[in-house]
Amino acid sequence: MKKGKFKLLRTVLFYLLLAAMLLFLLFPFYWTFVTSVKPESELYGETVTYWPRTFTFDSYRKLFTEFNFLKPMANSLLVASITTVISLTVSLLAAYSFSRFRFKGRKLLMTMFLTNNMFPTVLLLIPLYAIMRKLGILYTPGSLVLSYTTFTIPFSIWLLNGYLDDLPLALEEAAMVDGANRAQAFMKIILPILMPCIVATGAYVFMTSWNEYTFAVMFTNEANRTIPVALKNLIGQLGVEWGMLTAGGIITIIPVCIMFFFAQKRLIAGLTAGAVKG
Amino acid sequence: MQRKKNIWPYLLLAPALLIVLTVVFIPAVNAVLMSFKNYDLRRPSSMGFVGLKNYMTVLADPLFWRSLWKTIVWVGLGVGLQFVFGFILALLLNKKFMGRGLVRSLSLIPWVTPGVLIGLMWRWIFDGNYGVLNDILMKLGLIGDKIPFLAQESTAFPAVIMTIIWQGIPFFALMLLAGLQGIPDELYDSADVDGANGVQKFFLVTIPSLKSVIFVTTLLRIIWVANSVDVIFNLTEGGPAYSTQTLSVYIFNKGNSLNLGYAATMSIMLTLGLSLVALRYLKSIFKNQGGKA
Repeated sequence: MKKGKFKLLRTVLFYLLLAAMLLFLLFPFYWTFVTSVKPESELYGETVTYWPRTFTFDSYRKLFTEFNFLKPMANSLLVASITTVISLTVSLLAAYSFSRFRFKGRKLLMTMFLTNNMFPTVLLLIPLYAIMRKLGILYTPGSLVLSYTTFTIPFSIWLLNGYLDDLPLALEEAAMVDGANRAQAFMKIILPILMPCIVATGAYVFMTSWNEYTFAVMFTNEANRTIPVALKNLIGQLGVEWGMLTAGGIITIIPVCIMFFFAQKRLIAGLTAGAVKG
Repeated sequence: MQRKKNIWPYLLLAPALLIVLTVVFIPAVNAVLMSFKNYDLRRPSSMGFVGLKNYMTVLADPLFWRSLWKTIVWVGLGVGLQFVFGFILALLLNKKFMGRGLVRSLSLIPWVTPGVLIGLMWRWIFDGNYGVLNDILMKLGLIGDKIPFLAQESTAFPAVIMTIIWQGIPFFALMLLAGLQGIPDELYDSADVDGANGVQKFFLVTIPSLKSVIFVTTLLRIIWVANSVDVIFNLTEGGPAYSTQTLSVYIFNKGNSLNLGYAATMSIMLTLGLSLVALRYLKSIFKNQGGKA
């Protein structure tokens, strides 16, 4: 009897804690959404309303008509897509090399790629700014793609290398015994099996490029600014356009959330594998 | 496994290597060179080699020391509490309950949210006039008057730290949860046989089994949080009166004002400090790699 009561108490406590945690983690998103569908009068009114009295998509309409949010969206899409394609291509080749060959300097090169993740953004930001300025590619999408590869390539190599190490060599060896060369074995055997992992890695690269701000704000101007920079720009001299800003925020995270929900299983497996094994 | 001499591994590595050398190593070397130069884009005429002058100026700059101290507090409290709350979340998610998969996915969203948006969302929540946090606290009777959280020195830094904690909880939870799920049941069974209670099991089985996950995750987070600019910058831009300016934000602000030599000097110092952390991380990675190869 006493034990039963204790168990009930524990269950109640468990759900209370879980609810509190979720409330804390998710409330900002709820609040951002609610703000984006409130009319201006309600945003800056005397009382704070927790659900809009009048529901309106005015902020969204204004965002696309007055602020031309489509432009930064297109820019972000362009930069994130190119970054993803380049990072995946070169990282896949490199990861395959690390995973399937033993060669002189392998360990040194792996260390080199790993240390890349450690360089502070601000360390690279300053000289990259000077270099891009000299090369004349400052304020072009290319400067962003290049600077994003500083963190997307090392990260992708690390992730893909982990996935590849988990694939048994026997798969390719069987194909190679059957007369396929290494490239054919890679294309016909490895690539199809690895595809879900490649997609997960690509999703991560896309998300980080889509979200990046520090490089973007230094390396872009009016014409090619990306979403994060555009959002920040809604904070103007005359105060903050919170309605439009939150509407833009909601639009920004929807694609990220969709990608994340599809990729999360493989991505989490890849991320945690290294840390948990040791 | 191919062991004979072969140029293929090098050819396959070449594209990645080429890009990384161009965008990471050349800039890193450049940063070192710039730190020895007067490199202020607003004063192009006075550019030139100045030796250690930038370093001397940095060391004599009270704002540098203040930002360094802010960074230590920011990382210490930020990562420390991310760990505590992340651990709690991981323990909760490790239990079986209805809708666990959905709850896990939802609780990870802050991790994939852009830093800018995190900064701006919380800026709106913390707002002194129309912010919802003030409204909630007043309804609960905890405060009588509205507090301009981000506009006064005493509350701005705690508010900024709270935001980074919010951002980091999911990643810790994710890693620790994977660790928890990797602990074999037999360990708990044998602890049961020995008559251990819940608390003992937690400290004698759970924590030791998670040692390496905790270690690696904490090091990674220290580096990321120390380097993070976007959250603080979009909340407060380092203000009021530099009370939320960490070293990364200070460097970013200096870079924005085009005093690149000075910014480069501070970034070198930040990198040196962080490389102590990074070295430990690399060591642990190679311990694993050595086991695998």
